[in-house]
Amino acid sequence: MNPTRKRRLGFVLLALLAIGVAGGLVIVALQHNVRYLLTPTDISAGQAADKQLFRLGGVVCEGSLRRTTGTLAVRFVVTDRVHQIPVRYTGILPDLFREGQSIIATGHMAADGFRADEILAKHDETYMPKEVADAIAKGRTLPHTPCAAPP
Amino acid sequence: MLSAPSQPALQAVAGMLPEVGHFALILALVLATMQAVLPLLGAQRGVDAWMRVARPAAYGQLLFVVLAFGVLMHAFVVHDFSVAYVARNSNSLLPFRYCIAAVWGAHEGSLLLWILILALWTGAVATFSRALPRPVIARVLGVMGLVSVGFLLFTLLTSNPFARVLPAAAEGADLNPLLQDPGLIMHPPILYSGYVGFTVAFAFAIAALLDGKVDARWVRWSRPWTNVAWALLTCGIALGSWWAYYELGWGGWWFWDPVENASFMPWLAGTALLHSQAVTEKRGSFRGWTLLLAIAAFSLSLLGTFLVRSGVITSVHSFAADPARGLFILTFLGIVIGGSLLLYALRAPRDDDGAPFALASRETLILANNLLLTTACAMVLIGTLFPLFADALHLGRYSVGPPYFGSMFMLLMAPLVLLLPFGPLTRWQREQASLPVKLLLPWLLLALLGGGIAFVALPNAAWKTVAGIVVGVWLATGTLRFVRRRLAMKGQRFTAEMLGMSFAHIGVAVFFFGVLMTESTSVQKDVAVARGQRIEAAGYAFRFDGVEHATGPNYVADHGSVTVFHGDRQIAILHPEKRQYAAGGQIMTETAIDPALSRDLYVALGEPVDANGGWALRVYVKPWVRCIWLGALLMALGGFTAAFDRRFRRRHVQVG
Repeated sequence: MNPTRKRRLGFVLLALLAIGVAGGLVIVALQHNVRYLLTPTDISAGQAADKQLFRLGGVVCEGSLRRTTGTLAVRFVVTDRVHQIPVRYTGILPDLFREGQSIIATGHMAADGFRADEILAKHDETYMPKEVADAIAKGRTLPHTPCAAPP
Repeated sequence: MLSAPSQPALQAVAGMLPEVGHFALILALVLATMQAVLPLLGAQRGVDAWMRVARPAAYGQLLFVVLAFGVLMHAFVVHDFSVAYVARNSNSLLPFRYCIAAVWGAHEGSLLLWILILALWTGAVATFSRALPRPVIARVLGVMGLVSVGFLLFTLLTSNPFARVLPAAAEGADLNPLLQDPGLIMHPPILYSGYVGFTVAFAFAIAALLDGKVDARWVRWSRPWTNVAWALLTCGIALGSWWAYYELGWGGWWFWDPVENASFMPWLAGTALLHSQAVTEKRGSFRGWTLLLAIAAFSLSLLGTFLVRSGVITSVHSFAADPARGLFILTFLGIVIGGSLLLYALRAPRDDDGAPFALASRETLILANNLLLTTACAMVLIGTLFPLFADALHLGRYSVGPPYFGSMFMLLMAPLVLLLPFGPLTRWQREQASLPVKLLLPWLLLALLGGGIAFVALPNAAWKTVAGIVVGVWLATGTLRFVRRRLAMKGQRFTAEMLGMSFAHIGVAVFFFGVLMTESTSVQKDVAVARGQRIEAAGYAFRFDGVEHATGPNYVADHGSVTVFHGDRQIAILHPEKRQYAAGGQIMTETAIDPALSRDLYVALGEPVDANGGWALRVYVKPWVRCIWLGALLMALGGFTAAFDRRFRRRHVQVG
């Protein structure tokens, strides 16, 4: 092999190696950092059981927000108008957080409900995750369940 | 004073202005079509008269696009709510400067801004390329005309900003309060100038492929344009990051949000392009690769427009949601990418007649730079598009979190940082590997020593703090070592290109230092506070002095007061606000920041937590956060400086 060919072969091998390593890393990183979005209905169907961290999408139930005086701890109920999940969170709520608004909370399930680490209320006020919108549309055909107070 | 009869006539004309704007856009489309078709055909067939059409058509198009843009701006300023776009995105209470910014506050207007900036770039190319051979300039302007045709068609067919609502709305809705901010007045124009600027590099690449002569000349012509576009994009991204930092109220400077990624991908491809263009121009190597990167940078800019403007990805920035328009852009994107790759496959240079180079050479280092940057770009692309594909293929709704991007960048940037100072000190073609190593070893040791001292001196220093010092010192001193060596060479000019490169590389040093220090040493406290209560954070004391009611031009606000002390000394009184906008009732957090190079003191109001004037308060101390944007500005300064190198202004002697 002449030097040019040898050099080119080197570069091609190097590039292939780089692509291989990069591809592997992407798959590993994606596996660890992809978050599922679940609705309260999904959770009551047991879908949250095998997941450490996931995102919960739904509407903040009207009249369910409770504060613990002197701290930033809040409790409220998230619903898709079919099932309800109590949520606990400590921190500052986003500007668009309101009862009756759609939110997405990232966190995990505990014995007494969902523990949120982060809460997002979309800046677009009409935004609602599709799954949540679908669940709510389905919920309309069922008998209305009033919002329960959080534990 | 106007005489009585002419006043109604004048009013009639003024009333018809939006139609004039619409008509001007149609004329611009006609001229853009001429600018595209005739010169391209003329260059192919060698018809001189057809090629000559390019320049006047470009100027004519610019004139009509400016007219249309001016008309839309006028409609905002006079609050003409019979124009649907104006009624949706402004309001009679809106302050004047935001009336101007509202022009590009949503989908239709920002497209018009895209077209205006493309027309301005086209005009600039037409003006500053008189020394170029006529077929080249005809092809370049022709390709830019084609892009313009696509965007004008898109605007006229799907997103006419001049569409009327009859009867006129009595009052407008409002400009999204998030956008009512000085940072956002300038962010879109600068960002778009960068995006659209890659059109020039793309047009030169396509012209070279059509011409069949892919040599060093076309790269030399397109390099200054690429530099300026890249520098503007850098400024635009930095401005957006700064805006997100103080306006969104979370204290973060980058969220790996799809819209941010959309602007970052062309930047990464553009950075690779800058470096590979330098190799192609000076050594003749990497010609095919440079062409591909030019195509990629422009395609990613289009993809960015698609991601942001079609609303396929709902993100914190997404103001528009209309998949029907997405279909047009997707088709357009398919034609542009597919067409240019097809052309590349047919016409790309088969032979590699660039100067050969050894393993230890600057070419190899730039190749490594390119591999790392394009891999980083691919990572961002995968992370951004994966949720889209998963959703489209009904695999479920996912989101890819910042840790994915964070860990990927850590891995890819580490070798880049290590290799960067070697690049300028290594000769083209062949270098004794020991020479640059000998020159840089003391500085690497100094950087490691600095990190070691920080590790020992600072109790519980995070590894990122140590890394920040090592990386900052290594990149800065390594770059300065090149400057010193070059200045010491007798009879060698220190060119503007070298100065620009030095600025940019020191900018990288400042940027990484800022990122790593901010990430590792920031202190954040979210607390419920009563009036008069003090919060301690990183040696500063924040006293909450309560909240008063205040009124702005188009909002009411809770106006807070926080006094900051360092020891006994009062440093600043900060006034964070919680605003409710009159039209639409949106609630917005206005943060208050006391900035300094070495630290930002940052407070934001949460919400009232009890009936006695207690509030949720967010307090940050963010050391060195300014370095992030300072570093980006230095990089941009480098891009501008390099663009003015004398070699690019040299008159081209026509050969053959």
